[in-house]
Amino acid sequence: MSHVENLVEVKHLKEYFNISTGMFSSKPLKAVDDVSFAIRKGETLGLVGESGCGKTTVGRTLLHLYKPTAGEVWFQGKQIVTKQDIAEFRKKTAMVFQDPYSSLNPRMTVSDIIGEPLDIHKMYADKQERTEKILAMMERVGLNSEHASRYAHEFSGGQRQRIGIARSLVTNPEFVVCDEPVSALDVSIQAQVINMFDELQSKMDLTYLFIAHDLLVVRHISDRIAVMYLGKLVELADAKEIYDHPLHPYSKSLMSAVPVPDPKVARANQRVVLHGDIPSPLNAPSGCPFRTRCPYACDACAEAMPELKELSPGHFVACHRAEEIN
Amino acid sequence: MALLEVRDLHTAFTTPAGTVNAVNGVSFNLERGKVLGIVGESGSGKSVTAYSIMQILEKNGKIVSGSIKVDGQELVGAGEKVMKTVRGNKISIIFQDPMTSLNPTYTIGHQLTEAIMLHTPRNKKQAWDRAVEMLRLVNVNEPEKRMKQYPFEFSGGMRQRVMIAMALACEPDILIADEPTTALDVTIQAQILELMQSLQKELGMAIIMITHDLGVVAQMCDEVIVMYAGSICEQGTADEIFYNPCHEYTKGLMRSIPTVNNDDEKLEPITGTPIDLLNMPAGCPFAPRCDAAMKICMRERCPRMEINEDHAAGCWVNVKKEMEGGEEA
Repeated sequence: MSHVENLVEVKHLKEYFNISTGMFSSKPLKAVDDVSFAIRKGETLGLVGESGCGKTTVGRTLLHLYKPTAGEVWFQGKQIVTKQDIAEFRKKTAMVFQDPYSSLNPRMTVSDIIGEPLDIHKMYADKQERTEKILAMMERVGLNSEHASRYAHEFSGGQRQRIGIARSLVTNPEFVVCDEPVSALDVSIQAQVINMFDELQSKMDLTYLFIAHDLLVVRHISDRIAVMYLGKLVELADAKEIYDHPLHPYSKSLMSAVPVPDPKVARANQRVVLHGDIPSPLNAPSGCPFRTRCPYACDACAEAMPELKELSPGHFVACHRAEEIN
Repeated sequence: MALLEVRDLHTAFTTPAGTVNAVNGVSFNLERGKVLGIVGESGSGKSVTAYSIMQILEKNGKIVSGSIKVDGQELVGAGEKVMKTVRGNKISIIFQDPMTSLNPTYTIGHQLTEAIMLHTPRNKKQAWDRAVEMLRLVNVNEPEKRMKQYPFEFSGGMRQRVMIAMALACEPDILIADEPTTALDVTIQAQILELMQSLQKELGMAIIMITHDLGVVAQMCDEVIVMYAGSICEQGTADEIFYNPCHEYTKGLMRSIPTVNNDDEKLEPITGTPIDLLNMPAGCPFAPRCDAAMKICMRERCPRMEINEDHAAGCWVNVKKEMEGGEEA
């Protein structure tokens, strides 16, 4: 793949956290372990997985909120290495957080919250331009200009998330990491926010990395979906393809575990129920991390982590027995 | 006679900002061996309904009026002494958050046996054996060893299993599950739902499943109640609610969730924000957000109307449609 069509490229990204296990001993927690993927300009890549699988860490390490332990991040064909690179990169990227309650400063007015990224990146000539930019952004996310002087606690969850989104997009970024942006919202509000993400994407020419655990939401909003398990990328394919024909045993069970809001389908659904829990990432199994819960595990799985292979065009899967079992 | 009969239940909370009428005239029946789903958004009164049945409301909450009968026995105004015999023995509850519902300073075994001894005339040894048996029933591996462990040694899914074991230890007739899988991951959620389904078949109890996830409802429930702002807007069998929704709020909910079939289309969100329970309008509480609202919706609340024997809803839009349909015919 050439660098032109890929806006973001991640190569062998690793993020280890040192966890102290005793007074003098520590152990690396491999939150993200050798993950590679690319995001094309204008697309939405969904990133799914269960809690503790490292999906949030991928988003944060990608934006250099954490310093990557190893691996490369490329943006617009340029590798992010120096401090200047990071500063430039951050101007063009943004993040939307999960919790609309704790991610907004209660002591700041809405206009100051939204204006803060502009202040940091010095993206205005005078005060008037700053105000104009803030008000224009507020209008885009469906907030009233009268809301500008209010405080975050005066708003409902859905409106707070709009404020958070306005703050992320006010700098006119090209790439946005959305970390579970709708999971704290009520069902009827979720749809409003999902639609807004869609609209803003086409209006502002955005590229998203959309992290979530609600598979139906991810499927709805994403062009392609990547599935993670215990720090590793196990499958990557077209959103529909991965939902209709998952190839990795973990994705299979994940897709079949989604409760479908349709009683007849739900009754007919043959679920692949996994046994056991996710192992602790501190004591990840050798080889393929999924082998302890995998119904197809064999000796080879304990020895080496399978490579991410392209089984059909655009459909990547990391499983030793993927061809056999499908 | 239904196992559980709730009639015109009103529950209110006194707050510094005024009285919050969290539940306004809720009525339903629950038959033996059935699974009833209560769906609604946060603040719709679904949990308060459950807590009213158990009478475990916060200090500022009170059942204002109505009747709750279990096996014909009236619970409203029955007093704490009666409720102690009902809780655990007849009705049990499991909560959303398995992380906080167990005491971190006692072993799992201690907590299970304590609950069992409180409700049944077993001695310590018998209670311990019963606890081990229950843990085995909910598929906890090596139950003898697990009994001596503390909650922090259990994962979220395992703790929810312990909570289910505790709730079922005295073989209640009714299990109330208040968002039992919301805090869990999808694959763990599938395990717990599967477990609840098989236990329900095995023990024949009735379940009230409180959730905001329509997917969970579709999978688990025979009957469904849809709540908005403390009242029931629609109730019926799962098939009726999903395939023939008759209240504008239910219709809106169904349109606003992503499903397998609508991923190329735009979602149709319900506009506006959930209602403030301190400022309830005179008419239908959903009217301010309803696209199809008419004048009468603002003035007067639509009473519950039977659509067929499995289905009832209270929506003027539906009434109007029926009347127009009748004129054509």
